[in-house]
Amino acid sequence: MTAVLEVRDLRTEFFTAAGTVRAVNDVSFSLDEGEIIGLVGESGSGKSVTGFSLLGLIDAPGRITGGSVRLNGSELVGMSRGELRRRRGREIAMIFQDPIATLNPLLTIGQQMGLALSAHERLSPKATEDRCTEALERVGIPSARARLKSYPHEFSGGMRQRVAIAIALLHRPKVIVADEPTTALDVSIQAQIVTEMKMLAREFGVAMIWISHDLAVVSGIASRILVMYAGRIVETGTAAEVLRNPIHPYTRGLLDSMPHATRPGEMLRQIPGSMPSMLSLPPGCAFAPRCPRADAACTAVPELVQQGGRSWRCVHPLTQPDHEGATA
Amino acid sequence: MTGPAPTTPAPGKATPPIVLFWREFRRNRFATVALAVTLLLAFVALFAPFIAPQDPYNLQTLSLMDARRPPGHVGSGGYVHILGTDAQGRDLLSAILYGLRISIQISLAAGFIALTIGATVGVLAAYVGGWIESVIMRIVDLQLSFPAILLALVLSALLGQGKAQLVTALVAAQYAYFARTAYGAATAERRKDYVEAALATPLSARRVIFRHLLPNCAPPLIVVATVQIASSISLEATLSFLGLGLPVTEPSLGMLISNGFAYMMSGRYWISVYPGLMLILLIMAINIVGDQIRDQLNPRLRR
Amino acid sequence: MLAFIVQRALQAILVMAVMSVIVFVGVYAVGNPVDIVIPPDATIAMREEVIRRLGLDLPLWKQYGIFAWNLLHGDFGRSFVYNMPVLELIGGRLPATLELVLISILFATVVGVSLGIYAGVKPDSLLSKLIMGLSILGFSVPSFWVGLILILTFAVSLGILPAGGRGETVTVFGVPWSFLTLNGLSHIVLPALNLALFKLAMMIRLARAGTREAMLSDTVKFARAAGLSEATILRRHVLKLISIPIITVFGLELGSTLAFAVVTETIFSWPGVGKLIIDSITVLDRPVMVAYLVLTAFLFVMINFTVDLVFAAIDPRIRSGRQSA
Repeated sequence: MTAVLEVRDLRTEFFTAAGTVRAVNDVSFSLDEGEIIGLVGESGSGKSVTGFSLLGLIDAPGRITGGSVRLNGSELVGMSRGELRRRRGREIAMIFQDPIATLNPLLTIGQQMGLALSAHERLSPKATEDRCTEALERVGIPSARARLKSYPHEFSGGMRQRVAIAIALLHRPKVIVADEPTTALDVSIQAQIVTEMKMLAREFGVAMIWISHDLAVVSGIASRILVMYAGRIVETGTAAEVLRNPIHPYTRGLLDSMPHATRPGEMLRQIPGSMPSMLSLPPGCAFAPRCPRADAACTAVPELVQQGGRSWRCVHPLTQPDHEGATA
Repeated sequence: MTGPAPTTPAPGKATPPIVLFWREFRRNRFATVALAVTLLLAFVALFAPFIAPQDPYNLQTLSLMDARRPPGHVGSGGYVHILGTDAQGRDLLSAILYGLRISIQISLAAGFIALTIGATVGVLAAYVGGWIESVIMRIVDLQLSFPAILLALVLSALLGQGKAQLVTALVAAQYAYFARTAYGAATAERRKDYVEAALATPLSARRVIFRHLLPNCAPPLIVVATVQIASSISLEATLSFLGLGLPVTEPSLGMLISNGFAYMMSGRYWISVYPGLMLILLIMAINIVGDQIRDQLNPRLRR
Repeated sequence: MLAFIVQRALQAILVMAVMSVIVFVGVYAVGNPVDIVIPPDATIAMREEVIRRLGLDLPLWKQYGIFAWNLLHGDFGRSFVYNMPVLELIGGRLPATLELVLISILFATVVGVSLGIYAGVKPDSLLSKLIMGLSILGFSVPSFWVGLILILTFAVSLGILPAGGRGETVTVFGVPWSFLTLNGLSHIVLPALNLALFKLAMMIRLARAGTREAMLSDTVKFARAAGLSEATILRRHVLKLISIPIITVFGLELGSTLAFAVVTETIFSWPGVGKLIIDSITVLDRPVMVAYLVLTAFLFVMINFTVDLVFAAIDPRIRSGRQSA
């Protein structure tokens, strides 16, 4: 397997009047062709900023201040704006949380798809229409050609998100960053979209980074999971292992707060406390103030330990994987 | 996109919101200067009789010998007319200070009355609801679609000259802005469950209105008030310029400008220009302060 | 769509009816017009005669009935001062005002929106700060004073532009227009600029606020993520997104520009309707005042009606009858 995307020590900072916020802090991971990984964390953990950083879409007062992002072998950090633009949509695309907000309410679906197409290809009106129809059919929109003349408000939430997915797939990119693509949808439709995106990814050989706060949704689609907290990746591993044997106490907390982790009638367990302000992170492990296992050793930033296909940043891991990758 | 969480000040003594507000205000140096200018002009206007070199309305101190002298002229009074004199031989600086006084008086009076009437009408409509609400708000909206200057123009023409008449015209032209604002804020609050709940209990109407609806209207009303006071200063000046506002015996800044208009063609620019500059300084300072307050009260613009 | 038009049309008629009552009562019920019409040395008999002729002896509701009936037949009465039909009087002055107002507002919109979008896209650049400073100035400076300064600068000191009047006109379809001759154009520059300044400031702010909001919206982020160029995003997405508030304000401001033309026309001796109304107000020529107000109200209603229709054309959500939140 070859990596289509390699992220090394990525660092994104926001320079605000109140101080500098390191929203993405030394994040490293790689993504193989066709692979789906889940990027999980609470809101404010830096997972969305990570996604935007990959496309070079960080607005002032933010900036990528270090590290490297290699897409299909070319370095994106430091690339000119024009070149970055030519890669967006064609090699790497993004889907957002709220399809009502992402589609322009005043343009037809056909117009918006046409704009996305013409960003990278010159096509005749007829060819454009064919391509758009085909793209809509692929994501399961009935009577696609007729619906090109419809406006976003004439679609249901799930259909709108399908349109957004169709736009993201127009140029058959190698990587799609999906930022909470099902969070705004009804639960029944969530499952549908997850299944369909999984199939589309396989069909097109698209690798995906699925960003979510919801471990349950991610575990249904991703083969690997990265857990993020306060700008850092604190644990990685295959989805099955992370779910079965979490190493970082934060991951354990996330798992425990999932509804099916509790028996019926039992209270949902929540992680005590809340994310610290990114402007005043505690020295050392950022999770320590909320961690049941924290002690004096946690005042230094824990090193990333890599072992048996897993990695973690914790001096008091819950379990240790053995070298065969299976744990007791 | 999830941004960084806002800073929370160090725990300890709770700072009153007004102090926090001032701290944030102070960070905009431009607005702070504007506030200082506003206060200074208000002070100067209040104490104009003690500051001005001359009482411009005391005809005995005026001499036509001094009429239309350029800035820097030493008049028969034995002092320098820093800004020159007008057609009656009045010291322009003194006339401007007194004019400022009248302009501020009128616009403040109009602003407060319009605020009171507007807020009452708006909150009442929101509280009572039903057909009364729709009738009141229809009238308000209708009036809002009509330019304030036209209304003020016609009213002051019909009512005649005088301070009270002018204030009436300005109030009639402006109350609708306050009513719309108060109504908007009050209905937003009224739809909240806890107010609905409070209305269902035998709590007095006064309590609901004064404890829940009015406080919620205050921030937007403050913003509208600054804008409207600035605009009523301008409106008053415009009416006076057109000869519709105040009688000649009480010249506001607008009338001073109007009086000087005739002399401008012959190059005696100062009679019109200096009162105008004072007018602009005042309006601009209030507008900048108002802008800053609005930005601070508008959570959507915060990053 | 048809139901929408009918509903709005009915609303417009209702508003006009209410406005005519307010204007009539407001203008006619206050003061006594007889004193203006007849000389002070007139006999009682002459006085009675005039009162009867003007219908002032009838109860107010009957007077209104006659007034409204005449209005519906296009009869706005005769001016006390000019002694000619009011409609003819206003009609003769209208082209001058329309010309001035349209040129001003088009200028304000085109220039204001362009500057506003620039300031919205680059809020931190020096030029943007300059633009915003100008807009605050435009808001704060009373229109009539700007007029004076324009005259002082361009007519008195530099002597390159005329201070007043309409200049040469060209008659097209029986209506004289200034903007078609070079001399007329030179006469219209200063008043148009004067009238445009406040609207310019407003358009700048509106466009800037809308652009800032649009640039931070998910729509724009998604378009960027799809690789659209900034120019395309501005032209196709942002311009469309900010068009709704701009059209609203354009419509509303068309009316208020007409009102402000009163001031500009007075300063620049522009022989339009505004000058006429000020002159009429100072001599209390009631039929002219009433006609002006009713016509202005009518114009307002028509503008609002048109704005609603344009909305429906732009925003598909309104067209399909679903009001968005």
